Amino acid sequence: MSKLDVSRRGLLRTGAVAGAGLALPTIFTAQSAHAFTNEPTGGTVTLGFNVPQTGPYADEGADELRAYELAVEHLNGGGDGGMMNTFSSKALQGNGILGKKVQYVTGDTQTKSDAARASAKSMIEKDGAIMITGGSSSGVAVAVQALCQEAGVIFMAGLTHSNDTTGKDKRANGFRHFFNSYMSGAALAPVLAGAYGTDRKAYHLTADYNWGYTTEEAVKSSTEAMGWDTVAAVKTPLTQTDFSSYIAPVLQSGADTLVLNHYGGNMVNSLTNAVQFGLRDKQVNGKDFQIVVPLYSRLMAKGAGANVKGIFGSTNWHWTLQDEGSKAFVRSFGTKYGFPPSQAAHTTYVQTLLYADAVERAGSFAPCAVAEALEDYEFDGLGNGKTLYRGADHQCFKDVLVVKGKENPTSEFDLLEIVEVTPVDQVTYAPDHPQFSGGALGTCNNGA
Amino acid sequence: MFNLNKKDLSLLIIVAVLTLFAPFILNPFPAGSAMAQFNAGYPDLMQRFVIFGIFAIGFNILFGLTGYLSFGHAAFLGVGSYAAVWMFKLLSMNVIPAILLAVIVSGLFSLLIGFVSLRRSGIYFSILTLAFAQMMFALAYSVLTPITGGETGLQLALNDPRILGVSQTAEGNIPVPGLFGLEMRDSADLVIGGWVFTFNVGYYFCALVLLASFYLSIRIFRSPFGMMLRAVKSNQQRMNYTGLNTRPYTLAAFVISGMYAGLAGGLMASMDPLAGAERMQWTASGEVVLMTILGGAGTLIGPVLGAGFIKYFENIFSKINDNVLHSWFSFLPDGLEDAVVFIIHPFIGKGWHLTLGILFMLVVIFLPGGLVEGGQRIRGWLKNRKTKDNGSASHETNPAE
Amino acid sequence: MDAIILQILNGLDKGSAYALIALGLTLIFGTLGVVNFAHGALFMIGAFCAVTLSRILTLSHTIIDETQKDFLGNPLKVEVPYVHDLFGQATGDAIIDWAVPLSVLFAIPIMILVGVVMERGLIKHFYKRPHADQILVTFGLAIVLQEVIKYFYGANPIPTPAPAAFKGSLDFGAMLGFDPNLIIYPYWRIIYFGFAAVIIGGVFAFLQFTTFGMVVRAGMADRETVGLLGINIDKRFTIMFGIAAAVAGLAGVMYTPINSPNYHMGMDFLVLSFVVVVVGGMGSLPGAVLAGFLLGVLESFASMREVIDIIPGINQIIIYLVAIIILLTRPRGLMGRKGVMED
Repeated sequence: MSKLDVSRRGLLRTGAVAGAGLALPTIFTAQSAHAFTNEPTGGTVTLGFNVPQTGPYADEGADELRAYELAVEHLNGGGDGGMMNTFSSKALQGNGILGKKVQYVTGDTQTKSDAARASAKSMIEKDGAIMITGGSSSGVAVAVQALCQEAGVIFMAGLTHSNDTTGKDKRANGFRHFFNSYMSGAALAPVLAGAYGTDRKAYHLTADYNWGYTTEEAVKSSTEAMGWDTVAAVKTPLTQTDFSSYIAPVLQSGADTLVLNHYGGNMVNSLTNAVQFGLRDKQVNGKDFQIVVPLYSRLMAKGAGANVKGIFGSTNWHWTLQDEGSKAFVRSFGTKYGFPPSQAAHTTYVQTLLYADAVERAGSFAPCAVAEALEDYEFDGLGNGKTLYRGADHQCFKDVLVVKGKENPTSEFDLLEIVEVTPVDQVTYAPDHPQFSGGALGTCNNGA
Repeated sequence: MFNLNKKDLSLLIIVAVLTLFAPFILNPFPAGSAMAQFNAGYPDLMQRFVIFGIFAIGFNILFGLTGYLSFGHAAFLGVGSYAAVWMFKLLSMNVIPAILLAVIVSGLFSLLIGFVSLRRSGIYFSILTLAFAQMMFALAYSVLTPITGGETGLQLALNDPRILGVSQTAEGNIPVPGLFGLEMRDSADLVIGGWVFTFNVGYYFCALVLLASFYLSIRIFRSPFGMMLRAVKSNQQRMNYTGLNTRPYTLAAFVISGMYAGLAGGLMASMDPLAGAERMQWTASGEVVLMTILGGAGTLIGPVLGAGFIKYFENIFSKINDNVLHSWFSFLPDGLEDAVVFIIHPFIGKGWHLTLGILFMLVVIFLPGGLVEGGQRIRGWLKNRKTKDNGSASHETNPAE
Repeated sequence: MDAIILQILNGLDKGSAYALIALGLTLIFGTLGVVNFAHGALFMIGAFCAVTLSRILTLSHTIIDETQKDFLGNPLKVEVPYVHDLFGQATGDAIIDWAVPLSVLFAIPIMILVGVVMERGLIKHFYKRPHADQILVTFGLAIVLQEVIKYFYGANPIPTPAPAAFKGSLDFGAMLGFDPNLIIYPYWRIIYFGFAAVIIGGVFAFLQFTTFGMVVRAGMADRETVGLLGINIDKRFTIMFGIAAAVAGLAGVMYTPINSPNYHMGMDFLVLSFVVVVVGGMGSLPGAVLAGFLLGVLESFASMREVIDIIPGINQIIIYLVAIIILLTRPRGLMGRKGVMED
């Protein structure tokens, strides 16, 4: 009846069923016999894709999941290989990772830090996932990153834009490919100065939580460096749906530019409301009134419809990029699903490839070995040009796109046009930059 | 034993057996098999079952006995978690002081909120509690970010002062919560054939707390105090006319159930040292209401069942994806397989909310007394069948005996 | 001064949405005694009636344009709406442009039908059950309805703009003698306010001046006696449920240009509308309307920069703070009746 096996994750060998219930203290040392948490022992390796499947970011989560499935297909040698063909590293063979076939489990973050951690824990504890990736908000990314640090698995962040993820809340086991608030500000400011002049009075509406704070700070400091004036910065509640009472007083303040530090549903609504108030038809201080959205995503642009036309913002990646990597990704994603990928899909796909590649190069799944392979690693061919995974804070440094809502879209996906590709040097900062201070990576954790 | 009557004692023993053997009961399928998807016997979910069970037991002391429907109970769970995490940050990683502070702080909050809210009854009371909880959520998410961590939640850091203990371990990591050297996240696996059973320190710690809470709730239900609360539910006006002031009793019930919520919050933080503001949102308060009513309000075991039911769906159904479905039905011919997957698809993964909503409705429509009534009906039906069998065919041996 | 006028306008506009939803909720509660947690879902379904109609109007057939390429390099597929074929391009575009106002006509029968089906099929069986059961079953229904909408329309907001004729805003300030641009207000929001006023006035007139309304009011006060008089009050209550659903639905239709509808917009409004109803006093229609406007105006004032600077975070909690203060000073809200939902 009790055939004893070394299982995927367990290895306590005992025939005494009754004895186990008594839970002798010595038993509890048993799991440390692993070299590291969830060491894959069979012919497969399991990755955990933790994305929002319910709640307001469900569509973004669905796009991330599509990208993950595509990445798994490519890693296992299926499909056309996508970006594996353009990636500067050639370690990946299309035979899984280190010869092990890639499997995956999915979970729902609900865009809540509790639910995201519960889901990630079940992947680690139940499914034996060796790496967790995904998410669509900084709150979730920071929470899950801390969990992965404790549990001793690698976390490859999905869409998270707050400075804190690789700033005050950075962790040794966590890595972010996506860009951040600082980079948005640094890339946007010169373009805005060029388009709208250096003599502008800005009015900020800021989502009242961590991401909003870092974005406001970043955009404010970089536009002020260009000579802009900040008239006021007003915090808006996360749960706000109608922004009329925040937008109506903007003109009275004498401001001629409105900066919407909002994301997701907040951004769709605040931009819609602002356009409704006719702000963009007004003249203030002898200049046309302008609206700026620091962080754009194609799905949000879709939600805001025609209101995005002509409005500047920044984005991590866009499917109209013409480098070989982006083209290859758009081709395989578009062939499989029938429409072009979003920036969330891109960053999650790239993160999966980068993880797999790092394991191949390290020759081990051990988180510390993988982290070492990722740190200060330079690569190319994954869109955004030459990219550096900086070791000091586990942030990717690459070109940032400044985009504008397209005036005459040819399809429902063709909503943004690239105005400028800001070179990486312009958005690079020192690891101890004040906007990122206050945290420490700590040491990597292999768990056990 | 324990000053309980026979029925209550057997209920307590059943609960004790169920919780202590949960790692076996919740993992009925072999680890590698297709059905393993339905296994719930991993530490995090088992902990959640028990912690939300405690939360719901406490809520039931207020709602089940007095009929006062609080729509802001999650706030007490939230402040409990914040208190516990602050204790970890400042004092020590031992869970005992953290949980104690959690219970005390939530007790104070519930005393204050209860004192104000209980001036009204019925839906006016519900809205008052809701308003307090929503205010706490909104402030914790935004303005109080320095104290609560805001969006990202309150977390431990490498430079926490921690008076009794170290800021970092020798390896340079954040220490984990424990009980005098026994780490909460330690587990041991038992492998029998294809089955893997996991025994987790944190789970057993929570389970013992649950048993104590459950025992306490039985005592409260059976005490003169409990009788008084039931009397409030059946007719508060008559109570007042007899010259009896019911407020101290209802307030006591409110504070006790608030402290249960704080206990649950403290345990949650002890299992996983992070406290997020979403824990206090109205949806979280609504969830405990659903758990209690779904399980059977006013019954002893109902709330625990309801808590398990909801958490099971949230954690198990949300993880089923099309890939898994295809592997289940791969034995079917291709066309049929796709058709079956297509039909089931809307109800799993991102559709788990839909499944839960449908089940809510079915339970409320057909089982007005909640899951407990379902259990009673099944038992009654079995009994009926048995007596019928005995009557009509008494010469046959009934297999159920 | 100008800032205050502006926020009063904002408050009235916000308030009209709150008042409309709260009115429907109170109608159902006052007549049927049912706490309907699915009321927000009715608002959401109304909004999706507008989305659906604009989808129907833009139903298209594709023609392949060989001269242009799509993102994969294949020939571009161009969608041509059938209304273009039927009415010609200019008229067709005008019809599509007016989708939201047209949806009002489209939504009324649908919402009444939804309401009646809901009442006959589900709510009817819950009249004698405790309020807690009503809350649970309607909450379950709300989840099911919103998940069904999400399944078909996705989670992303869907832009549903107002007709081009109503774009832009009216310069109120200039009319009152202020400098231009100080007090501007979008045309569509002014229409929304007027629309809400008409609906609210219509419901009150209906209840006050028609025989049907009189019977319903009598039934609200004392259901049993009206039943004993041999009047089939159940049928009338079913109709009232349909009307309440239509009120919520129309509020949703007209709201779509203000905020792009998404599947969870009903839940976003649900808690707020309950607060409005309770602050107004359970079962009181004028109370619900009054509370709606009061909370709308106060919320607008609390969001002013000058106010937030003095009390940080006040904009986050104002509604709940006001609710607490009112409920503590007035035991049954602004205009509630004694003994309703107090046990």
